[in-house]
Amino acid sequence: MKETTNVWEVFIQSKNGLAHKHAGNVHADDKEMALQNARDLYTRRNEGSCIWVVKSTDIVSSESEDSESFFDPANDKLYRHPTFYNLPEGAKHI
Amino acid sequence: MSLLNYTLRIGDSSLILAQRLAEWCTNGPTLEEDIALTNISLDLFGQANGFLEYAATLDGVKTADDFAFKRNENQYYNFLITEIENGHFGDTIIRQFLFSAYLYLFFQKLATSKDEVLSALAAKSLKEIKYHLKHCSSWVIRLGDGTNESNEKIQSSINKIWEYTGELFELDQIEKDLVKKEIAVNREALKFEWDQIINTTLNQAKLMRPKDQVMKTGGSKGIHTKHLELLLKEMQFIPRKYPDAKW
Repeated sequence: MKETTNVWEVFIQSKNGLAHKHAGNVHADDKEMALQNARDLYTRRNEGSCIWVVKSTDIVSSESEDSESFFDPANDKLYRHPTFYNLPEGAKHI
Repeated sequence: MSLLNYTLRIGDSSLILAQRLAEWCTNGPTLEEDIALTNISLDLFGQANGFLEYAATLDGVKTADDFAFKRNENQYYNFLITEIENGHFGDTIIRQFLFSAYLYLFFQKLATSKDEVLSALAAKSLKEIKYHLKHCSSWVIRLGDGTNESNEKIQSSINKIWEYTGELFELDQIEKDLVKKEIAVNREALKFEWDQIINTTLNQAKLMRPKDQVMKTGGSKGIHTKHLELLLKEMQFIPRKYPDAKW
C-alpha cells in the first residue's frame, strides 16, 4: 500500500428507494478500484443494490467542539417532531 | 461417456484455478485485493461444484467429492493455464484476465447448449465471470498504463503466459462430436471475439500482444505441467489422509 493510496468511504443501498448507509471504508488508488473493492468487501452477503464511494478527504464533518452549539438547541423543541399528524395509510419509510 | 468427460473438462478448469487462487488467501498485496481474489476463487469453486455434481449424476457411482479429490494427475482434464503457479500479482492478474475473457465467451455459448443442465450451469456462472473479467481488465490497464516498472513486469507476465492460451481454442474428436450434437461449444469459433477483447484491453493498457508461438497443450488428455502434481498434493491431502472424513 503506497502512502498516496486514498481511503474511500463506502455507502451501501440495500434496496431500491432506501437511503445509502455508511458501511465502512476501503483503500484504493482510483475510483474504479474503490468501487470494486467496496463491492468485494461489503456486498458479499447480498447486502447491496447500489454502492457509493467517496474519498474520505472530500467529506466535511462537523467538529466535536461545535456539538453544543450545533445540536443542543434542538433538545427542547418537541414541536419539531411530526408526532401530531396522522400518517396516511400506505406511506412507507417515514 | 463423452458427455461425462466433457463435463469434467469444464469442472476441472474451474476447480484447479479456484485452488490456485485460494493460495492468495492472506497473501494478497492489500487486504482489499486479498478478498477480491478469494471471492473469485470461491465463485470458481462453486462453479466447479455444479459441474462435478453433474458429472457424478452422469457417472452414477462416483460422487462430486470423489471426482474432486480422488483422481490422479493424469485423470484431470483442466486447461494448463489454470494450473500454472501464481507467480507475482501481475502474473496472476494476467492469467485470470486471459482465462476469464475465454470463460466469458465460453459460458455465453454453453448457455445455449441442448444439454439443459450444462446450459443452466453456464447461465448461472456467466454473471460471476463478467465481474471477474471486469476486475482483472481494470488491473491490466492500471498496471500496464501505470509506471515503467509495472508496465515492464506485466508485459513479461503476458509474454510468459501467452503460450498457454492456444489450448483454449483447440477441439479434439470428443468435443467435435458433441459440437455436432449442439451440446458442446465450438471453442475454435470463440477465438475471434477473444482476440477482440484481449486486443482492446492490451491497447488501453499500452501492452504489446505477444506473437503466437508454439503453444502448450495436453490438459484435455490428462497431460499436465509439473505444477499440477504439487497443487493436487496439497488439495487432496486431507481426503487422502482421512478418507471419507465428515465435517
